[in-house]
Amino acid sequence: MSQLSMNSTATRTILVCCGTGCQANGSMAVYQAFRRELAGGAGTEVQAYTKSTGCNGWCEKGPLVKILPDEITYCRVKAEDVPEIVASLRDGTVVERLLYRDPVTKRVYRSHRDTNFYKKQRKVALRNIGEIDPANIQDYLDRDGYNALRKALTMPPAQVIEEVLQSGLRGRGGGGFPTGLKWKACAAVERTPRYVICNGDEGDPGAFMDRSIMEGDPHSVLEGMIICAYAIGASAGFIYVRDEYDLAVHHLGRAIEDARKHGFLGKNILGSNLSFDIEIVRGGGAFVCGEETALIASIEGNPGEPRDKYIFPTEKGLWGQPTVINNVETWANVPVIISRGAREFASIGTSGSKGTKVFSLVGKVVNTGLVEVPMGTTLREIIYDIGEGIQKGRKFKAVQTGGPSGGCIPENLLDLEVDFDSLTAAGSMMGSGGLIVMDDRTCMVEVARYYVNFLAGESCGKCVPCREGISLLLETLTRICEGKGRLEDLDLLESLSATLQQAALCALGRTAPNPVLSTLKYFRDEYLAHIVEHRCPAGICKELTEFYIDPELCTGCGRCRRNCPADAVAGEKKQTHVIDPSRCIKCGECINNCNFQAVKVK
Amino acid sequence: MAGDAQQAAALQEMERIIVRYPAERRYILAIMQDLQKKFNYLPKEGLQMTARHVNAPMSTVYSMATFYKAFSLVPKGRVNFKVCDGTACHIKGSQVLINEIYQCLGIKPGETTPDGEFSLETVNCLGACAIAPVLVANQKVYAKVTPAAVREIIKEHGGQINEPAVNE
Repeated sequence: MSQLSMNSTATRTILVCCGTGCQANGSMAVYQAFRRELAGGAGTEVQAYTKSTGCNGWCEKGPLVKILPDEITYCRVKAEDVPEIVASLRDGTVVERLLYRDPVTKRVYRSHRDTNFYKKQRKVALRNIGEIDPANIQDYLDRDGYNALRKALTMPPAQVIEEVLQSGLRGRGGGGFPTGLKWKACAAVERTPRYVICNGDEGDPGAFMDRSIMEGDPHSVLEGMIICAYAIGASAGFIYVRDEYDLAVHHLGRAIEDARKHGFLGKNILGSNLSFDIEIVRGGGAFVCGEETALIASIEGNPGEPRDKYIFPTEKGLWGQPTVINNVETWANVPVIISRGAREFASIGTSGSKGTKVFSLVGKVVNTGLVEVPMGTTLREIIYDIGEGIQKGRKFKAVQTGGPSGGCIPENLLDLEVDFDSLTAAGSMMGSGGLIVMDDRTCMVEVARYYVNFLAGESCGKCVPCREGISLLLETLTRICEGKGRLEDLDLLESLSATLQQAALCALGRTAPNPVLSTLKYFRDEYLAHIVEHRCPAGICKELTEFYIDPELCTGCGRCRRNCPADAVAGEKKQTHVIDPSRCIKCGECINNCNFQAVKVK
Repeated sequence: MAGDAQQAAALQEMERIIVRYPAERRYILAIMQDLQKKFNYLPKEGLQMTARHVNAPMSTVYSMATFYKAFSLVPKGRVNFKVCDGTACHIKGSQVLINEIYQCLGIKPGETTPDGEFSLETVNCLGACAIAPVLVANQKVYAKVTPAAVREIIKEHGGQINEPAVNE
């Protein structure tokens, strides 16, 4: 422990991250240990409160414990470390071994805020997450919560809409449609009742920003919805959330109850004429329900099949009534726009995309987790500055954005300034904000197959181009991955893709070819390697893979031999090892575990 | 088969779950989720009772039960393994975990062991991508799972591991 000037009599708040990532790493035990330690003898001379918070985004280093007001962040805390931390509070010291240490520079960071992972971030939608106890409305109120609603209620509804319009906020669910225009269109329809819906059916594999917001700051979503209800004159709201998101459902339910008790929901909200309440609808695990018309069908009690949008939900939505439907992150931005003004919000970002965007930075990157950056930040900054590059020093190959409907972006576009329009121009899309980093051990043909397989399972089957087209894409890609591809297959993939783009009923089908087209565009050589040379350069497609050990690089450390589940590696200590191809099951454990890059793909 | 008393108790439980919701069609999904949570699958009787309760034809309830992925019409095992096959987990080796479970228990995704102890399914994304690959056993989330960890997890939940055929 090192001695640091710290007032040991000050009241401390101990924030234990209890997001899903930290919970899986055992943060609940840490939280309980703090409660016990502080309630019992040892900690009684320290004034401290323990709170469980939502996800800090740095899941990789969890469980995270933050001490306020000292701004100390401890990483990978175990329950056994708790007595030492409590003792350090009493003594006014810092437990140095639990601070984050940069693996390269060896610099030790007292607060997470100074680390590369957090330095370039700008928290707007995630402003409260990790700082508050999501199950305690008082925490939200202490951080300016519901003041935006108070302010909105003093403005004419049309002015609230104008403010959102001026802010340039675009839908964070992926479509990027201007939020203010949506509200305006809905308010202009004479019929009542009008409805407000929060789309929390985050189905994109590889994305979890909405989950974190619903879990970690549910009131910001409610406040955004209530402000909208006032602006467009809605009487009821629904939050459609994946049932798999247990904690999110739980925290949202609690938040709605508390908001009712405080008069933010119900009849005559805060003494105004606004009467509005919110109900949670748990989704049934169908990706297509993220599409707004399918989601509406699901709330109505039908299978979640989309309809053609000749008429938008703003005019005919839930039960045929005018409806505004926005994504979780969009809602969380609304209170900020109202309280700080459209101009301040619009000062962040690029000309066409204002504000910030939350990304889930995952895959083969060193720092994985949730990051929020201003629109216009480059992919390179996100992956190399915030993410600190590729794991195990391997080579970057591509970054996939936009979920199954997005595309893969190659290395030469890393300086792309990320916003709605630039990603679309690059053949991908913003989607809801998944950023999946891939290295030279990722096979791009197999990635395309993976997404198409996902979409084939999620196609609702209502329209022919999507139902049959995606199946055919899958069949063709599988054939290539299995080494039975033909050169004509590439033309087939392109013509099937064109049909889907033009003829499918909803966005699921129309964007389904993106993973295929973007990999064909940027990684055609990999398709050719599979078809012409009968090899998978990444060593993923089993039928086309053969591993071997480079005798020049092998040190004979034996890691590959010990990790091989099939006993296919032979070799004496400090001697060159050899892989027996007849026993090899192509699982890749050898190449993944080699510290000397000696295992190669033929 | 379950005894008559057990069957009666199960029916009563279904009734209890169903009547908590207003008799409106829009609650079918919520009712089925609660039934699935309680019974680990959707019993036919439960679906019939739901249809009667909301005054919808059985075909409507059935179409919803088969449309949404969360539901199963056959009983799941005592321990239900969900291997996340979301993108992050996929590129970090979820397929290797699925193979390992097959090696140990002889079940593929969608299957249950003959003794009704374990079942395996893949899910699209659990939203825990930062700690990929992820496996969930009943409600417990396991982070950064390796094939060796899979064996430990199976043991932790009371499973016997089929030792691989000795070929040495």
